[in-house]
Amino acid sequence: MKQEYTISLFTEDHIGILGQITIILTRRQINIDSFSASESAVKGVYLLTIVVKTTNEMIQKVARQMEKLIDVLKVFTHTSDQIIYQEIALFKVATKGLMSGDTIDNLVRSYNVRILEVSPEYMIIEKTGHRAEINDLLAHLEPFGLLQFAKSGRVAITKQVRELSSYLKEMDEANRFKTEPTLN
Amino acid sequence: MKTEKETEQPTAEIYGQQKINGAEALLNCLVEEGVDTIFGYPGGAIMPVYDKLGEYEGRLKHVLTRHEQGAAHAAQAYAMVTGKPGICFATSGPGATNLVTGIANAFLDSVPVVFITAQVVSSLIGTDAFQETDIIGVSMPVTKWNCQVKKSHDIPETIAKAFYIAKSGRPGPVLVDITKDAQLEKLDFRYTKCDYIRSYNPHIPMHTKAIESAAIMINHAERPLILAGHGILISGAEKELREFAEKTGIPVASTLLGLSGFPSNHRLFTGMLGMHGNYGPNLLTNEADLIIAVGMRFDDRVTGNLKKYAKKASIIHIEIDEAEINKNVMVDVEINNDAKEALKYLTSLVKPNSFEKWIREFRICDKTEYEKVIKFETKPEKGELRMGEVVSQVSELTKGEAIIVTDVGQNQMFAARYYKFIHPNSFVTSGGMGTMGFGLPAGMGAKLGQPDKQVITFVGDGGFQMTIQELGTIMQYKIPVKVVVLNNNYLGMVRQWQDMFHDKNYASTEMVNPDFVMISKAYGIASKKVWNREDLKSSLEEMLAAEGPYVLEIAIEKEGAVFPMVEPGASVSEIRLNY
Repeated sequence: MKQEYTISLFTEDHIGILGQITIILTRRQINIDSFSASESAVKGVYLLTIVVKTTNEMIQKVARQMEKLIDVLKVFTHTSDQIIYQEIALFKVATKGLMSGDTIDNLVRSYNVRILEVSPEYMIIEKTGHRAEINDLLAHLEPFGLLQFAKSGRVAITKQVRELSSYLKEMDEANRFKTEPTLN
Repeated sequence: MKTEKETEQPTAEIYGQQKINGAEALLNCLVEEGVDTIFGYPGGAIMPVYDKLGEYEGRLKHVLTRHEQGAAHAAQAYAMVTGKPGICFATSGPGATNLVTGIANAFLDSVPVVFITAQVVSSLIGTDAFQETDIIGVSMPVTKWNCQVKKSHDIPETIAKAFYIAKSGRPGPVLVDITKDAQLEKLDFRYTKCDYIRSYNPHIPMHTKAIESAAIMINHAERPLILAGHGILISGAEKELREFAEKTGIPVASTLLGLSGFPSNHRLFTGMLGMHGNYGPNLLTNEADLIIAVGMRFDDRVTGNLKKYAKKASIIHIEIDEAEINKNVMVDVEINNDAKEALKYLTSLVKPNSFEKWIREFRICDKTEYEKVIKFETKPEKGELRMGEVVSQVSELTKGEAIIVTDVGQNQMFAARYYKFIHPNSFVTSGGMGTMGFGLPAGMGAKLGQPDKQVITFVGDGGFQMTIQELGTIMQYKIPVKVVVLNNNYLGMVRQWQDMFHDKNYASTEMVNPDFVMISKAYGIASKKVWNREDLKSSLEEMLAAEGPYVLEIAIEKEGAVFPMVEPGASVSEIRLNY
């Protein structure tokens, strides 16, 4: 059965790493639902967060193939209940539509949005949350004259106790100062 | 590129502080890594490297092939018979793209080859300059790792990393793309071999618990079977495999690329697995109650229909590449370790045993296969010559002491089936990729790697003509490889499938061939054609005795087919012995 998985990939800063990762997904015909990248808590290590829909069996195979890439440090795969995650969306809405009655008041109170900019022509509204909440707001705002909409990929923090740094230490101990294996 | 700052070890100043250019730095790196032979082809962007090659005479031998694909295959074969990484040079653009088949071939068969391609000057990258190709992008899916170098001072570190990645863990091809300006730019040369990359972990701690549970399963098995793959040879675990098999008494079957990892004359050897493998190991895979797969990846040509594969067996999988475990076949015990280390520990835990009744079942299958297939194939009394008898005579004449190289197709399957391999790494073939045209260049690469061994390449008339221009390389460097052209004037394997699955519609498989003897002679290579059975043995002897290269063309029966066969989509237990 297909379900949503969040892949958290920790990588070195090597040019082309994103291409190598997407090749693995492309070969298996897996679409990327959402993608984000930033430097992680460990300096020089990048965290890529990729959301895909696939089966449990396939996510395991794909994760192992990603971890096999030379410049990938560690790959974690999680179902949505194993992580805390957010997406951020920005809406540009025609001001005149929003000025009637208690529309703005209602937006702030029931959708928990922030107003970033107000001009006579448009307002910029920010909403942080899960995709469903953002989609709800999108549907709500459309009748008011939605001018632009942009949404980020998912960012996620895992609930697991072990952090990347402890894996790094373990990998370090296993591999440092080992002699090369002989061939044949 | 991002430099590796983690290795804070003292660097030995081997070449002092004199300024050299990037091209010299590259060649120095190769010398440092113990390289002696390079296969390659020059061109505009790589000219600075070739300009300096002459200064390395006596240390680095360059073999000019007739096509970059030939260089790639030759470098792979060189690596397979020497255990050292193969080295291959090509220029930018078409030079680099011509390598791609060879790179992919080495990638699928886990062979360490370091490919060096040149790139246009860095200021022109991205402008569609003359002979510019994004070879990093092109080779990404078929290399273990690749990297572009635009600054000469990055060359030593990148090359060191390339060698370390190519050789360690599950080996594979790497590609380093060096811009022309980086080749010309001066640098202070220092070289330190790479032995650590933070994000790459080839030294996997022993999974002792998994190995211990495997031992318990082995001690309780009644019909166990060992499936030995290429990993045995790569890890150098031939002795460990033998000790494990002999102590436990478990029969051994080999994959195509695993051949020569276990002596074929050993009493526990049951033959080759897979589509055209032996009858016993295929049929009895589905009767086994325990499968111990070592250094193999359950390729579809080995397993046949996965839904009907080894359903009575528990599966123990010893494999260094974690991504191969549970990829095709779900296993019961995963041992993500090097074959040699894992087998050594496993052998210490298992009890001595024997499975004579179980092994008898294999011998009964052998007898059936001999009566229905092998006898007719290797000792026909009438009709035209057959591939099986040629290979089996070569096997007898060389007593298993030769290195056998093949192209792809029927010639390959007959060589794999009927040559009796005794020594490790005496079989060089294109496994995963099935690259026609591999045979001839691989034959010369293998001969250059093992000049004291008799190296015999079996090719068909189809594959021979895909890389036939390498006869020029064989001529120029006087490479005494022996080439056996099994000529049936057909693309035999495709014809066999047309016969079996396409209503004998022989579409585009018949070949009108040139006179291969005349072609060989035009290259100054001794050559002869055999038509009759009575001339076969003496002609083979003449070829084997020849000091230089030799092309022996043998007229082969057209209708020949490789059997047994597990049809595509069929189960291994549905293996057929004839049409």
